[in-house]
Formats: sequence, C-alpha cells, structure tokens
Amino acid sequence: MESNSFFLMRNELILVGIAMILLVAEIFTKPEKKNGIITLAAVLFGLATVANFFPVPEGTLFGGSFITNPMTVFMKSVLNIGVFIVFLQSVTWLRKEENHGKISEYFILVISTLIGMNFMISSGDFLMMYIGLELATIPIAALAAFEKFHEKSAEAGIKLILTSALSSGILLYGLSFIYGTTGSIYFVDIVDKISSNPLQTFGLVFFVAGMAFKISLVPFHLWTADVYEGAPINITAYLSVVSKGAAAFTFMIILFRVFSAVTEIWQPLLYTLAVATMTVGNLFAIRQNNMKRFLAFSSIAQAGFILLGIMQGGELGMTTVVYFMLIYVFTNLAAFGVVSAISEATGKENITDYNSLYKTNPKLSLIMLLAMFSLAGIPPVAGFFGKFFLFTAAGAKGYYILVLIAVLNATVSLYYYLRVVKAMLIDKSDEPIGTFKTPWAMRASLLICVAGIFVIGFASAIYEYISSISFGIN
Amino acid sequence: MNILNLFVIIPVLTVLGIMFVKDYKGARMTAAIGMSLQLVAALVMTLMYFAERKAGASGEFLFYTDITWFKTLNIHYTVGVDSIAVWMICLASIVVFAGIFASWEVQYLSREFYISLILLATGVFGFFISLDLFTMFLFYELAVIPMYLLIGIWGSGPKEYSAMKLTLMLMGGSALLVVGLLGLYFNSSAAGPVTFNLLELSKINFPMAMQRFFFPFLFVGFGILGALFPLHTWSPDGHSSAPTAVSMLHAGVLMKLGGYGCLRVAMFLLPEAANEMAWIFLILTTISIVYGAFGAIWQKDLKYINAYSSVSHCGLVLFALLMMNKTAINGAVLQMISHGLMTALFFALIGMIYGRTHTRNVPEMGGLMAVIPFLGVSYVIAGLASLGLPGLSGFIAEMTVFVGAFAHTDTFHRVITIIATMSIVITAVYILRVVGQLLLGPLREKEYLEFPDARWYERLSLVVLILPIAIIGIYPAFLSGTLADAIVPIVERLTAML
Repeated sequence: MESNSFFLMRNELILVGIAMILLVAEIFTKPEKKNGIITLAAVLFGLATVANFFPVPEGTLFGGSFITNPMTVFMKSVLNIGVFIVFLQSVTWLRKEENHGKISEYFILVISTLIGMNFMISSGDFLMMYIGLELATIPIAALAAFEKFHEKSAEAGIKLILTSALSSGILLYGLSFIYGTTGSIYFVDIVDKISSNPLQTFGLVFFVAGMAFKISLVPFHLWTADVYEGAPINITAYLSVVSKGAAAFTFMIILFRVFSAVTEIWQPLLYTLAVATMTVGNLFAIRQNNMKRFLAFSSIAQAGFILLGIMQGGELGMTTVVYFMLIYVFTNLAAFGVVSAISEATGKENITDYNSLYKTNPKLSLIMLLAMFSLAGIPPVAGFFGKFFLFTAAGAKGYYILVLIAVLNATVSLYYYLRVVKAMLIDKSDEPIGTFKTPWAMRASLLICVAGIFVIGFASAIYEYISSISFGIN
Repeated sequence: MNILNLFVIIPVLTVLGIMFVKDYKGARMTAAIGMSLQLVAALVMTLMYFAERKAGASGEFLFYTDITWFKTLNIHYTVGVDSIAVWMICLASIVVFAGIFASWEVQYLSREFYISLILLATGVFGFFISLDLFTMFLFYELAVIPMYLLIGIWGSGPKEYSAMKLTLMLMGGSALLVVGLLGLYFNSSAAGPVTFNLLELSKINFPMAMQRFFFPFLFVGFGILGALFPLHTWSPDGHSSAPTAVSMLHAGVLMKLGGYGCLRVAMFLLPEAANEMAWIFLILTTISIVYGAFGAIWQKDLKYINAYSSVSHCGLVLFALLMMNKTAINGAVLQMISHGLMTALFFALIGMIYGRTHTRNVPEMGGLMAVIPFLGVSYVIAGLASLGLPGLSGFIAEMTVFVGAFAHTDTFHRVITIIATMSIVITAVYILRVVGQLLLGPLREKEYLEFPDARWYERLSLVVLILPIAIIGIYPAFLSGTLADAIVPIVERLTAML
C-alpha cells in the first residue's frame, strides 16, 4: 500500500489514533485528575473534525472493500460534527461523581462506534458493511447501559442489544440470499446481477427490514422509545442523530449502488414505510409527556421524511437527504442540549416541568423554540429548507400524494412541537424551573447548534457543494 | 439598490434593534420608528412606481431584480411589483403602522410582542414583493407562524385553543400549497429548466390534466387564508382571541394574502382549470358571503361580529376574483384594500373600547358616544364604510364587484350574484344594531363618565386608517384607474381560452 492511500482512510485512522491516545492517557492519569481526559478528548476530536474538511483523493482500498469519495468524506464530516457537539454536551454529565471512573470508556466507546459508522459509509462490499454495522452497534448497547445503577438504563442496554442482534440476523439472512444468487459480496460485481428474481427480491426485502430496524422505521421502531428514554440523555442524542444518520446514509448508498436495477421494487417498499413511519411516529409523539420519549417519536417521524429523499434515487435525492441530515444534526442536538442542560441542573424531564421556562431561562427557551420550529420546518430557520427540498425530491418522482401526506404530517408534527413552545411561553407554573447557569461547554455546543440552524438554510453554497458531490443511480 | 429590498431590510433591522433595547418604552419607540420608515418607503415606492409607469415603463413588473439563490434547484430571490402589489404594500404598511400605535400600551413581554408583530409584517411584505414561488411561500409561512405566539401569549379568552386552531389550519393550507407549487415547478420544464419564477410560469400553457389536478390544491391552499367556506372556522376564533394589533394585521392584511395568492398564483398560472372549476368555488364563496353575514348577526361579542363580517367580506373578494372579468377583479382589489383598512379600523376601535369598558359584550354596553366621542364617531365611520355607504371606500368596492358580477348574463351567475348582494342588507342590520346599542341610547354605567377619550397615539392610529377610507370613497379613480396594467394581463390569460 502506498503511503498516499493512507489518506483514503484518513478519518478512520485519526479516530483510531484518538482512541489510542485516550486509552494511554487513562493509564497515566491520576484518579483526581481524570477530568482532564474530557478536555483532551474534546480538543482532539475537535481537531479531527476540522481535519476531515480538507480534501482527500478519491479511490478504493483493499481490493474495492473500502471506497472513498468526496461524498463519503462529507457524510463522515456530518457525523463528526454531531459527535463533537454531543461530546461538548456530555461534559457536565461526565464530571458527575458516579461517572468518574468511566470517563475514557465513554469516549472510546463513542469513537469506536463512530469508526464503525465510517466503515459502513465507505464500504464497498457487504462484509465490510456488516462489520462496520456491528462495530457501530455493540458499543452503543454498552453506552445505553452506561448508568448501570439505574434500572431503566440497564433495561435500555439489554433492549438495544437484543433488537440489534435480531435485526442483524434479519439483515444477514437477506444478504445471504444476495450472495447465494450472485456469488459475490462486492457491490461492483453484484450490481450487474441483480434482477427482480424472487430470491433476490426476498434478500432485498430482508435487507430493507434489517436496515429499517437501525433507522427505526415503523413497524420496526418498537425498541426506540424505551431505549431513548432509558439511556443517558447524551447517548440518546447520539443515537437519534449520529447513529440514525449513519444508518440512513448507508442504506441510501447501498440502495443506489447495489439495487439500482430494481428501483421498482424498493421504491414502493419505501413509500409504504415512509407513510407508516411519518404517521405513526407523529401520532405517538402527540401523546408523550417525557421530553426524551417525545424526541424519540419525533425522530421516528423525521426518519420517515428522510425516505422521501432516498426514494428519489437520483442526485437530487442524495443531496436533499445529506442536506437534511446536516440540518437535523444541529437542530435535534440543540433540542437535546436544552433537555440535557435542564436535566443536569434540575433532574426534570417532563414537558409540564417546562411551564414558564421563558420567565426563568429565556435563552434556553429561545434555543428550544428555534429547535422546535426547525424540526417542524418553519421558516426562516434551516429545517424549512431541509424539509421543503425533501418534498421537492419526492415531487420530482411525481409522488404528489406522498408529498401531500408528508406535508400534512408535518402539520400534525407542528402541533406537538408547539406544545413545547406553549409550555415554555404560555403556560403558567406554580413552581417553575429555577434560573440556573449553563456550563460553558454546553453553551458552546448550543451556540454551534444555533449558528447551524440559522446559517445552513440561507447558505445555498452548502447545498450547492453537497449537490456537486452527490451521485445517483446512473 | 432596488427599493423593494427595503421592505425586507427595514423590518429585519427593526427586529434586531428591538432585541437591544431595555424596556417597553424603547421597544415601542423602535418599532414605531421602524414602521414609520416602512410607511415612508411604501409611499415613496408608490410614487416612484407610477412615475415610471407614466414615463412609459412597460414591463409587467417594475423594480424587477433577480438573484440566484439555490442554483441547482433554480430557486431565485426574485422581486418585482405591479400595481396590485404596490397598493397591497401600501395597505400593509398603513395597517402595521396603525397597529403599532394601537398596541402602544402592551407592557407584558413587550419586546417579544413587537418582534413577533414585525416578523409577521416581514412575511407579509416579502410575500407581496416576491415573484419566485419558493421565496413567496417562505414569506407566507413566515407570516403565519408568529400568529401562534401573538395569540397564545398576548391573546384573551380561549387563546390557546384559538392559536392552535388557527396555526394548524393555516399550516394545513400551506400543505396543500406545497403540493401545488411543486406541481407547477416540475411541470414547467417544457420551456427549459424547471422554475419557480412566476413570470416564466405565466408563459407556459400547462396541459389540462395537470391543471385539473393542481388547481384545487393552490386555490384551496390560499383560499383557507382567505376564509373560504367551509375552511373559515379558524378566523372567528383566531380574530376574537388575538390582541388588538394582531387582529388588525391579520384581518386587515394577512387574509388578503389569501386572495392575492388565489389570483396571482392559482388563477393566473392555471387559467383553464380556473375557468372550469370556478362554479364550485363560486358556490362556496357565496356561502361564505351570506353565512358570514348571518353569523355576524347572531354574535354579541364585538370581535366575533367583526370576524364573521370579515369572513363575509373576504368571501366577496374571492367571489369577485372568480367572476374573471376586468371590472370584477378591479372590484376585488378595491375590496381587499377597502376591507383591509376598514376591518383594521374596527379591530383597533374594539381594542380601545375594550381597554376602557373591559367587556366586548354588546348588550352590556351603551351610550358610549357621549363619553368617548372620538372613538364613537370613528366607529360609525367604520360601520358605514362596512355597509357600503357612498362616499366611503366600501361602496366603491362592492359596487364595482357587483357590476362586474352582473356582466355575466347566464342564470347561474345571475342567481349567485343576487344571493351575494343580499349580504349588503344583512350587513346593514348587524352594523346599525351594534352602533345603536353600543354608542347611542342612555349611558349604561356611571363609571363610563370617567373614561378618557382617545389618546394621541390612539387618534394617530385611527386617523391613519380613516383618511385613506375617505379618500378612496371620494376619489376612487386614483386607485381603481391605476390597476389596469396589472389586471389586463391576468384577465387576458384567464379569458384566452374562451
């Protein structure tokens, strides 16, 4: 391997390096100075995030198993940004007494999963993709059970690992059919041999079902709310943004690369899943009172919207999905950041606890307001652009009825997003959450999120860039 | 720089300015200064527009600027105005200006109040100057969403219910719009790349099947905001719960977005379907007109009376548009402006009366003319304009609408026109009864004697609204005579197939 080809795996190698450094640092740090590791990890990861924005050559490694192109690099950057924000948001939580012994574990586990996700996105064969998927899943179960002394957290870990095992099984079962009928695991070889024969269709359906578990599409979403509620809040944020984003990216890339010949089979599948996901996610979100569960169902509904872009199957579809995910990272993490800040300061997590929040903590309320509007797709914040372009992608295919269902769902979602706004600004409370000072790291993360929410929509250059590196079927 | 950009820049700067002031006095001062500048800009722009027209400018839209925004999607920031848009912008600036002064005493979260109010205004102005349907839609939604906060936080009565109902119904309308707009966008590829540009879209003759499918989406989508029966139910609740300035702005301007959109987007771009389906919507708007008027009769709450009256009057706007001839559309535009001014005046007065009596229930009040003559006389003027007394703007508007409607000689149009004209009588009933109960008669309570008459800011707010009503009523030609350049191309396109 030439030294130049190392660059193709730049992000992965840097992440492995950071994990190593943290492991070593763990050994040489005195117990009372463990908090230093948090700073070290955040700084190193911040540098890695910046480093990934520098251009790299295109190419493949390991005989086509690993593909690097500007799109995969950009997708990894999106995930990096998400993880960086999550790291900033977890500083206060990690400094708690109970987590003191597990600081470096937290970072190493998160970074491991991120490496797994990077391999998924860059995969050129099903084996690489599967290994990446497992690497991305198993450590998350450990993370979900991070507060093992809380019953709910332990439960979340178990639930996650069991559903993941099941979904991996389904996925592998489907892939075995693909392998059996085509005789190859390499995407480039398979693509010519895919047709609508029953065995391959069977494999495709199982593949879609397996991935639907990971993206938590209805009816494969049942684990989501419990896990999201039980897991520590920063892990929930990570699951709902980064993990979901990586799975959606991979799903899209493989559908485009491998199953390009049978769009007429997977487009109706996705159509059905999208309608079910948006509708069910929304209807359940209406009833939630716990903020974490609420955001869990809202993120299920959002996943339904992503399918609209994937379904388009062209450059437009990929652009809109990646653009939407980029916006979603900032938006959803802003919401989670506020929930996390309030939870750390007061331990309160219910919507009714937020009554009159604007009186006591106006800045946090405004950030939450922006996040809610962006999630609902209200201009002038970025969410509007993300959603509208996804609708455009579906419209380009002529799915006007689907667009109508989606926009009506967006209207329904506005109802529950406004519930939070109503609690903060309109509802009166006898004992509102007291005024508290948000730690600097959380402030920094929220500032980044707000900047993202405002800028990305108007900055058409970002959209144009994504569009220039997107690829579609043919 | 294009003067139209000012209509987005000034409000945004005002909002930023309000963020940095300390108390409610600073907030309202900043808002007042910003919106005064806006009013001046609107007047200057109007003069410039007609100066250019006089000098022979022949473009369909003047002050045309086109900036590419999202290149691959061919989304632009395109602005330009024709005479309808010019007058709409004037209307909006007058109502916003009056609204700021009518809500001079808002002290609870006043900064947030003025910020939301001006954001709403930004949406309205942006909507009227936009020629790119994407940008237009963006501003449209921007105008709708602050309503939730404005009604929810500063409203009265069942405000949370009303705010949510209004927001969801209007957003449901924009759901239909999204589909319609995307339909236009993706079917525009016949003459080059797909586009949202209104001018380019207006040159395309869309296939009939496509028009049939998308016209209802667009017309109903905008129609909801124009209180099209049976989707008007947000309007009475929303208007009656909203604080004064918001009712003014909403009934006075925001509902006009609906009519304007129906004309400019739905009917102008899909003329054949408009002709074909006009009868359905004509029936619905006739129901709006009559039902709204009857609804107003039954109400005892001043705001509900006006909200239903708005349903009736806005129904008349859509009714006139669907008549699709020059006179009727001319009347529709006049009606939009006239109703905008008059209903804003009504809601301002109701707010001021409520501020004194603390009730809006008509039977509980009486004899107010004696104690607050300025407000009383203004109320009478608004009422007379509303029932179409010659000499005030309402007469001109309704007259033109019905003359235009009678130009159709077939039975169907005759019948619905006659039904619609009945609303004039019903309007007279509810207006005169309220005037009689509220203002005349013996003084109801002793404490009324201590009421102060209109304060300076209240007078300013009212005079700004009454003046144009009177001017249009006395000399309508300066308004109706200028609309031809905008209406002729629309009518030509609408009647091309006949």
